[in-house]
Amino acid sequence: MRSTLTSVWGLINRFLEWFGDLGLFVWRVVRAAFRRPFEGRELLRQLDEIGSKSLPLVALAGAAIGFVLSLESRSSLVRFGAKSMLPAALVYSIIHETGPIVTGLVVCGRVGAGIGAELGSMKVTEQIDAIEASGVNPYKFLAFTRIVACVLMLPLLTLAADFCGVLFGWVADTLAEPISLYRFINQGFVGATFSDFLAPTFRTAVFGLIIGMIGCFQGMNTKGGTAGVGLSATSSVVLSSLFVILADVILVKFILVFFS
Amino acid sequence: MMHPEQGVLLAGEESHATPAMESSSEKSDGPAVLLRSLHKSFGSQIVLDGIDVTVGTGETLAVLGRSGAGKSVLLKLIIGLQEPDSGSNRNHGQEITCLDLDAMNEIRKKMGFLFQHAALYDSLTVEQNVAFPLKRHTRMTESQQSHRIQELLAGVGMEGDLKKMPSDLSGGMQKRVGLARALALEPGILLLDEPTAGLDPITSGEINELILKLQEEHHMASIVVTHDLHSAKTIADRIALLHEGNVLIEGTFAELEKSDDEFVSGFLKRDS
Repeated sequence: MRSTLTSVWGLINRFLEWFGDLGLFVWRVVRAAFRRPFEGRELLRQLDEIGSKSLPLVALAGAAIGFVLSLESRSSLVRFGAKSMLPAALVYSIIHETGPIVTGLVVCGRVGAGIGAELGSMKVTEQIDAIEASGVNPYKFLAFTRIVACVLMLPLLTLAADFCGVLFGWVADTLAEPISLYRFINQGFVGATFSDFLAPTFRTAVFGLIIGMIGCFQGMNTKGGTAGVGLSATSSVVLSSLFVILADVILVKFILVFFS
Repeated sequence: MMHPEQGVLLAGEESHATPAMESSSEKSDGPAVLLRSLHKSFGSQIVLDGIDVTVGTGETLAVLGRSGAGKSVLLKLIIGLQEPDSGSNRNHGQEITCLDLDAMNEIRKKMGFLFQHAALYDSLTVEQNVAFPLKRHTRMTESQQSHRIQELLAGVGMEGDLKKMPSDLSGGMQKRVGLARALALEPGILLLDEPTAGLDPITSGEINELILKLQEEHHMASIVVTHDLHSAKTIADRIALLHEGNVLIEGTFAELEKSDDEFVSGFLKRDS
């Protein structure tokens, strides 16, 4: 009993310690963010690395989800005699939930692991120390640029996933029963307003913040050699996925309260 | 290079000899590096236990000691990569232990650091590695930067490898590029962490000659952490032997050889 309590207490302690360190890390990044130079060239490089290079995977995931969702929903809706509702149901589902969360999780895997592993290997090979020793703030040069790139790119990637999802949803629908894209879009977006897009898409900016922050934090705090780098990459993916899902649940509630 | 007239200093005697050495080596604003009663521990492990070190402008100090004696920690404390638990760390007379990050970065621009494994940025080419500090801390035009990079790389014999990636270079070549990068901003203090570790004797000899040449050209204060006794003998004016968190003995190589201390003689015999 006593040993169980001790181990639970140890776990809580480690969790609180991790949060404390994360808070300190965020404070350092925020402080660095408002000081010159603003590292514009590195930010552009990260926008390309995180945005453009994630686009094919995110688009593919969006397309697959749209296609499958269309096939699965069709049989259910036909059963209830609501076949004509398919475009609207598909568009609503993709824009409100499937597009943002799929984009968030795909980027968690690709970018979260990439940032964790890259910064982790820079840490263990003293490259981060070398940056600091040359009078450059690594919290700005390495962390701030990556976090900002994630925040800016996630909404754009979500729009790409939404677009591919709707497009391939139409492809699946038209393979079962031909329908023009124009009609599909018209039926799909009937009743949709700008806020239907705005809130869910910008929710992914928060996902970007989480992915960038956790990836950089885990990477820059890597300890040990190559095993430490592997651990940082894995923990970046696991923790950012966990927090993205948690944030999704919380933010959906907020969106329902403030935007519906 | 400077060869201060200084006797062998056992740890207890150091305070008596310090003023004489300072007068010979310091400028009006103080010695390049002046550490006093510097303490550093990691958890319960005491690494540096009130260490005193003085290095004047143009002088080279080699720091020897067993693995884990705190040699690399000492260099990281000097450049502010780690914070001491207590004590004074002065750079040309300026106390740097209490500086904020911006002020510390200004101090770091005046220091060059060669890491043990060179720590080249592996996503950048040789040219971009050397350009890194120049782009951030100078107002040089592209052509001026390019000229300076050529000059620095020619100085270390790497002028033909501008476009190579660090992964395409051997250990010795990486150290040369690391040295060029460390010298980019013409530092007043050069910190070298095991510059010859892991290199064959011929490459080690070349690196030693290179360091000597650079010291003559740039007249910097240098602190060299090394396990290589031959290297220390070749490039250093003075040698400090770290033991149990402090400087056990300090002096020229010949003076260290004359020491009766059991640890000193044992260390020199094993290493030579």
